[in-house]
Amino acid sequence: MTSATVATRAAAARPRRNLIKLVATETRFEFLKLLRLPVYSVATLAFPLMFFLLFSTIFGGGEAQGVGTARYLLATYGAAGVVSAALFSFGVGVASERGQGWMRLKRVSPMPPAAYFAAKIGMALLFAAMVVVTLTLAAMLIQGVRFAALDWLRMLGMLLVGVFPFATLGLAIGYLFGPNSAPVVINLLYMPMAFASGLWMPITILPPVVQSVAEFLPTYHYAQLAIGTVGGTPLGESTLHLLVLAAFTVAFLALAVFAYKRDEGKTYG
Amino acid sequence: MNETYVAQLERVTKRYGDVLALDEVTLRVRPGEVLALLGPNGAGKTTAVSTLLGLLRPDSGAASLFGTSPDDVAAKVRVGAMLQISGVPPTLTVREHVASFAAYYPSPLPVDRALELAGLSDVANRQYGKLSGGQKQRVHFALAMVGDPDLLFLDEPTTGLDVESRRDFWRQVRQFIGDGRTVILTTHYLEEADALADRIVLLDQGRTIAEGTPAEIKARTAGKVVSAVTRLPLERLALLPGVTRVERVGVAVNLHTSHAEATVRALLAADDGLHGLEVKGATLEEAFLSITGGARDAVAFTEGVQA
Repeated sequence: MTSATVATRAAAARPRRNLIKLVATETRFEFLKLLRLPVYSVATLAFPLMFFLLFSTIFGGGEAQGVGTARYLLATYGAAGVVSAALFSFGVGVASERGQGWMRLKRVSPMPPAAYFAAKIGMALLFAAMVVVTLTLAAMLIQGVRFAALDWLRMLGMLLVGVFPFATLGLAIGYLFGPNSAPVVINLLYMPMAFASGLWMPITILPPVVQSVAEFLPTYHYAQLAIGTVGGTPLGESTLHLLVLAAFTVAFLALAVFAYKRDEGKTYG
Repeated sequence: MNETYVAQLERVTKRYGDVLALDEVTLRVRPGEVLALLGPNGAGKTTAVSTLLGLLRPDSGAASLFGTSPDDVAAKVRVGAMLQISGVPPTLTVREHVASFAAYYPSPLPVDRALELAGLSDVANRQYGKLSGGQKQRVHFALAMVGDPDLLFLDEPTTGLDVESRRDFWRQVRQFIGDGRTVILTTHYLEEADALADRIVLLDQGRTIAEGTPAEIKARTAGKVVSAVTRLPLERLALLPGVTRVERVGVAVNLHTSHAEATVRALLAADDGLHGLEVKGATLEEAFLSITGGARDAVAFTEGVQA
């Protein structure tokens, strides 16, 4: 309710903001912000590529879960790349923006809070797509992997779904930890999870103990879904994997909301 | 809530644990007014601003902007704020930052105009992380004004700037607010309040202790401190002409006075053994003490004043 009586400056009918344009602008700047940060952009794009090339050469010619290792590793390194892009961009970004007071300035501005999160999701999806495209090009040009366009799109779509659970986990970490500890916490979670879930080398060659632990990790269920899209035979039911991944997303979201409320309550200056 | 005020705190109390940050503070800001909240660190200035901006919930009392809740988007689109923040994301350029904030408002200033007003045209394409401290401060100012706000919050805007940058900043603010914008400024520099404000509210320990035009406040803070070693008891000193407050400092006493000449004359007449006489101008902090002391002198003396 604007009260025209208040202002000495004309305050009456102001034009409406264009929300779609707002989110698009915000997404573009979120993307540029991280693209220009080599610590993030190089790590996100180059690490999965390097390890994919290394391990697909080592295991070259073999087979895992009923599919050639190059195809198999394309799915799992794609998954690893998406998980790391989502976790780090959300976790480290939110923690440092909170630390600087940037978040307070955003909260005071009329930016709809949803736009902040939508833009970050958009940015993480863009980075995730870049990771998958880079890996695919390497797989096709160097390892001679061939894809029907529709199959590739199915893999891309499945891999991009992974942005949601892991961005949500990153968000919770960003609100729970400070700018210095957030990257450490994320590494401590990400590395063992990625290894034990078979994102770095086929889970079928890992010790049985590790395989049984993997079933409790969201990354394992995500990887099995991705393997299904490149022609492999997933361990266990795909429907179950999807349900487990959805359950993890809801749990991470609840944690993020809790952490956000806690943070909002203690902000003062 | 009364709609004739642009911003309003009504009997707002806010406490952090044992610290009473705001103690029943009432603040009413009229359209077109430039109001300075002046006070030392910990006076409650930033708490007052954070409450008005909806970043904090008062324990009791109410805050409003434009007659509505500070959380209401209708209020937010008419407000710009320069808060005490340590930085904004470093890898975006000045222009990109200003453009992203412009997108939040229904009728923002053209980005180039905001850059020009803040003196940033020359560094528009430089990344924020590569700017000097003064330039960063100007980016924060540009973010506050690009929405073409009716109400501008400036929370200690020149802390850490040198004298020259401070003066430049005041000039930019005056230029920007010229056409009837309302401003709420917090500062601990009397000079800054004097340079920008129409009205000053003095805050101390969460309470409003004085209020007036810059000229009135300066007159009240223009007191002196007479310091001397004397045998006279504190109770007697407190009754000398002009004295607003008395405190013992080691062997000497400090007399805060609004009329130094009369105080010194009476002091010399009353004590022929007096020595170590000194007269100093009161700092803002001393002026604060003298104003607060003046308000509670009756109590202060029965309790013997602070040592």
